[in-house]
Amino acid sequence: MTDITLSPAHAQDQGRNWGRIALRWLLFIALGIFALFYLMPLFVMVTTSLKSLEEIRTGSLVAFPREVTFEAWRTAWSGACTGIQCEGLRPYFWNSVMLAVPAVLISTFLGAVNGYVIAQWRFKGANLIFSLMLFGCFIPFQVVLLPMAVLLGWMGIAGTIPGLIFVHVIYGIGFTTLFFRNYYVTIPQELVKAAKVDGAGFFRIFWSIFLPLSLPIIVVTVIWQFTQIWNDFLFGVSFSQAGTQPVTVALNNIVNSTTGVKEYNVDMAAAIIAALPTLIVYAVAGKYFIRGLTAGSVKG
Amino acid sequence: MAPILDIKNLYKNYGPVEVLKDINVAIEPGDFLVLVGPSGCGKSTLLNCIAGLEDITSGTISIDGRDMTHVSPKDRDIAMVFQSYALYPTMSVAKNITFGMKVRGVDAATQAEKLEKVAGQLQIEPLLNRRPGQLSGGQRQRVAMGRALVRDPKLFLFDEPLSNLDAKLRVEMRSEIKKLHHNLGATMVYVTHDQIEAMTLATKIVVMKGGIVQQIGSPAEIYNHPANLFVADFMGSPAMNLIPARAKKNGDGTKIEIARSNGAPLVLTDHHATDLPEDVILGLRPEDIAEAGFRAGEDVQEAECLIDMVEPAGADTYVVSELGGKQVTARLHAETKAQAGVPLDLAFDLAKVSYFEPGTGERLN
Repeated sequence: MTDITLSPAHAQDQGRNWGRIALRWLLFIALGIFALFYLMPLFVMVTTSLKSLEEIRTGSLVAFPREVTFEAWRTAWSGACTGIQCEGLRPYFWNSVMLAVPAVLISTFLGAVNGYVIAQWRFKGANLIFSLMLFGCFIPFQVVLLPMAVLLGWMGIAGTIPGLIFVHVIYGIGFTTLFFRNYYVTIPQELVKAAKVDGAGFFRIFWSIFLPLSLPIIVVTVIWQFTQIWNDFLFGVSFSQAGTQPVTVALNNIVNSTTGVKEYNVDMAAAIIAALPTLIVYAVAGKYFIRGLTAGSVKG
Repeated sequence: MAPILDIKNLYKNYGPVEVLKDINVAIEPGDFLVLVGPSGCGKSTLLNCIAGLEDITSGTISIDGRDMTHVSPKDRDIAMVFQSYALYPTMSVAKNITFGMKVRGVDAATQAEKLEKVAGQLQIEPLLNRRPGQLSGGQRQRVAMGRALVRDPKLFLFDEPLSNLDAKLRVEMRSEIKKLHHNLGATMVYVTHDQIEAMTLATKIVVMKGGIVQQIGSPAEIYNHPANLFVADFMGSPAMNLIPARAKKNGDGTKIEIARSNGAPLVLTDHHATDLPEDVILGLRPEDIAEAGFRAGEDVQEAECLIDMVEPAGADTYVVSELGGKQVTARLHAETKAQAGVPLDLAFDLAKVSYFEPGTGERLN
């Protein structure tokens, strides 16, 4: 490799290499600056939540805490007042868990079945139904509030967690169907034909052949749905009542309903607690998310 | 013998589009039926109809004497091999092969026994624990065949099973399928667009075009007596020479006159053909035109032709001459002295000639 180092072509190459390295560094520096810029708010939130009120009043916004205290976190979790009750975010956090987990699982499963039917069992009007479902994705939340409230009333699940699950499942089916349909459409139709000739039926083919293929798109759908449902505020505030509110609504109540001194440290801690589950989901499954979004056809 | 597959008056429409028109085919047990035709001729659709994967618009399909027209694929006692192999990507080779038996509730011992037998037959024992994604094209093809073989069905259906393989492997697998057919004595229906595959494998060929059966017959019948211009042109490589000519009744035979742009017309006399219309298309395969002196027979006639091009192909040499406005190919022996631009005496074997009506394309003799 090294016995032709003196050739002029090589020298030229080296010059070009230096240029490339300089460019690379410039890029890294720019990216680093952007990353710092976006991390700044999180930094302020975390440091503020670890300071005492006294220190917040006297110190600088971006300074590290002189004395780290978890008092604000404890208050946010189990002592902060939402209106007249002072039990912190804890009960609402569990509300959100009990709401988000079933809603994510049900909407993902229904999306998988829908996508499977639309992509692989073409029936008359399949495209129309798919278009209508896509259309459902673009209906603004506000439009469905009133009819949904009436419907929930009729069904007798207004103001309950099952009611909220129902709302999120309905609203999510459009997206989950879209994800699964676009994934399954890349799988050759001959697979279904082969399984039919082998004697397998509709659900057998789904369970034995399609679901095992679907891990990447399941991860994508779960992350998407979990983020949507966990972070939802409008449905949560509209279709819940005292005791069934999700964490986002409780966070709003804590921040907006305090009287007297604003407890910024508690507000920050509560906000971080409310955002933590989605952050964790991304951290754990984020790489599958990217992989799933770019996953194309399945080699068979 | 009763036909094992009997298709009667089959029509298939997609909306207003007729994709299959009045198909009638019957085959005996042990037959190797090849459906051949250009892309879009409906051959794959017909195969899917036989499998029950597509509904038919009218007509009947019987398998082994039972009317299967409205029976679902799993109950037709068929097995199918697909062009893309359609192996289940998340299952091992062994699971791929036994999936059908598992679905049908065959007990584990029988499954293992049959799997072993088929794996031995196809020499895929070392692959049984691999996933389809880890196999080469030829290996996948074998597994797909194993999945069909293990079922021991009345009818094997093949949908262009070799078209995803490279040329060398294709020839290998082709002879393996032929061997398999011979050893099993099974009945097979095979779709291909490759007329060489059709000729080498079939005991019976169906040539299709535009959803209509053009001709049904043994490979020799199809090759030697094509029913129309389409079949004549489609089957055989290089293709049959189709030369516009004028026929004139001449005593007990017919004088065939072929115009040439570079000289006097070529005149041949056919002592057998009678009742030909004035304008005909004369069909003669390249191997039925030889160098003068190398072909004997009472219907061989010689004439001098100007050679335009010489193409040595190793075993043979093809020469091209302009006759009736067409580039006519003749297949000569390898050591021919033919040279481009030099006239050469060619022998036309009229015992093998086909005549077609230029308008309808139908065969006349």
